Amino acid sequence: MIARVLAIFWFALASTAVQSEQIVMGMSQDEVAITASFTGSEILIFGAVSRDAPAPESSDLEVIIAVQGPNVPVTIRKKDRVAGIWINTESVDLDIAPSFYAVATSGPIAEVLLPLEDLRHAVSVGRVVRSAGQNAFNTDDSVDAFARIQAKDNLLQILEGAVSIDEDTLFRARISLPANITQGNYKTRIFLTRNGMVVDQLDTVIPVYKVGIERWLFTLAQEQAALYGALSLIIAALAGWVAAAVFGMLRR
Amino acid sequence: MQIYLPIAEVSVNIFLILGLGGVVGILSGMFGVGGGFLITPLLFFVGIPPAVAVATSANQIVASSVSGLITQIKRRGVDFVMGSVLLVGGLIGSTIGVQIFNLLKELGQVDLLVNLCYVVFLGVIGGMMFIESLNALLRSKNSPPKRRKHNWVHNLPFKMKFRISGLYISVIPPLMVGLLVGLLAAIMGVGGGFIMVPAMIYLLGMPTKVVIGTSLFQIIFVAAYTTMMHAITNQTVDLVLALLLLIGGVIGAQFGTRIGMKLKAEQLRILLAGLVLLVALKLGVDLLLEPSELYSIAGIGE
Repeated sequence: MIARVLAIFWFALASTAVQSEQIVMGMSQDEVAITASFTGSEILIFGAVSRDAPAPESSDLEVIIAVQGPNVPVTIRKKDRVAGIWINTESVDLDIAPSFYAVATSGPIAEVLLPLEDLRHAVSVGRVVRSAGQNAFNTDDSVDAFARIQAKDNLLQILEGAVSIDEDTLFRARISLPANITQGNYKTRIFLTRNGMVVDQLDTVIPVYKVGIERWLFTLAQEQAALYGALSLIIAALAGWVAAAVFGMLRR
Repeated sequence: MQIYLPIAEVSVNIFLILGLGGVVGILSGMFGVGGGFLITPLLFFVGIPPAVAVATSANQIVASSVSGLITQIKRRGVDFVMGSVLLVGGLIGSTIGVQIFNLLKELGQVDLLVNLCYVVFLGVIGGMMFIESLNALLRSKNSPPKRRKHNWVHNLPFKMKFRISGLYISVIPPLMVGLLVGLLAAIMGVGGGFIMVPAMIYLLGMPTKVVIGTSLFQIIFVAAYTTMMHAITNQTVDLVLALLLLIGGVIGAQFGTRIGMKLKAEQLRILLAGLVLLVALKLGVDLLLEPSELYSIAGIGE
């Protein structure tokens, strides 16, 4: 009986110890507006660790910041040489693939996050991109290919060491969003880890949306497709007619 | 100067796109081709998603064709009767073509078949035109041009008078030409001028003077139809991109029309043939060489 009470007491103590470090965060901007002159954006994510007790001396504080764009289903196709020409032969459907993913850490991912915790929280690229079912060719290869192609367009960023931590309390990282991002809510997760274990997590959302004429055109194209098509044609015909008329006059 | 395209969802340099439109406009005005077979690969190259590139270039073709057509009408270079017959065939053809396109899409091999179509048709037509116009060019230096031959085309029923073209032939060949062009245009996502122009010259025996204007007349409607189809089914027409392309395009088309009038018909044909062969060669080589990235992503940005 006493042992059990003690065990419960000890467990409660342990869990409060885990909860004793909490994230307080801020961002340089609450949202990203995609305007006509949008060429990408840089967001500064910063924060502090609030504590009830002094920071443990035994382990180092590490921070992981992951920013994830809207998920889209994608198909990865692989080319092979058939009768001398290169054609798509195999394909894998990835059910969950982020249109943008950036993960910034205060150290090498393998050191700041244990594989078990990665499995639970889905932080590394291999865990974020998922594929269901059996496929014609190796799923790992297709995930690697996805990561490689996305990384080339800056749509996938692994920024190890990009989070700087001051005095074991203040942290900050810059995440740059390239110009070719899609709109949507960008899920942002911040993890505090010690010994590779997550001690606190804070989730927030960065809305990334088109504004002004960009928004108007996009909405029109989606919701009034026929009207949008007609508008495109009228503008095209008008531009052609005006050009012919202007040049006709210039010649006379 | 950069601008963000609302549908393509990428940021591009304004002057680059204006320049692209201008170059394609010049070619369009010179040869009476819509330029779709050029502008679409060029847009891929500057990073526009393929679906958006195909749909938006259709819209741009409308603009440059209208501009070129108006100039041709003033020069009495349009056979509206012939154009209408070709158009009827074209619309039937593109309706069938869209069905075939969707079928291929389900089979997952649409890219390959589109590329093969490009290589085969551009290669064959470019090669034929090149040899013929080279011969014509050499012949014109030595002896007066031969009279047009009477071939099987002139022995079919339902004869009709095409006054501006100076032809009295059956409506079946122009209908078939229109149908074939419409079919290929829908599958390849182009206006079809590069097939139409040689077909009019060699198959129908139309004078080169009216070929360009008549081709432009037909292309406007085919491209407009394609634009509407893409806008409604895929929402991939980017108005901002189209506007930039067509500003460059309509100005280019005016210069092109004037350059085209200064050149001899044979010279014009040999230049178009060279251009067509070049594009065919590039696409053919791409199919044969090992790509640097074997994998591709489909689904993002569509």
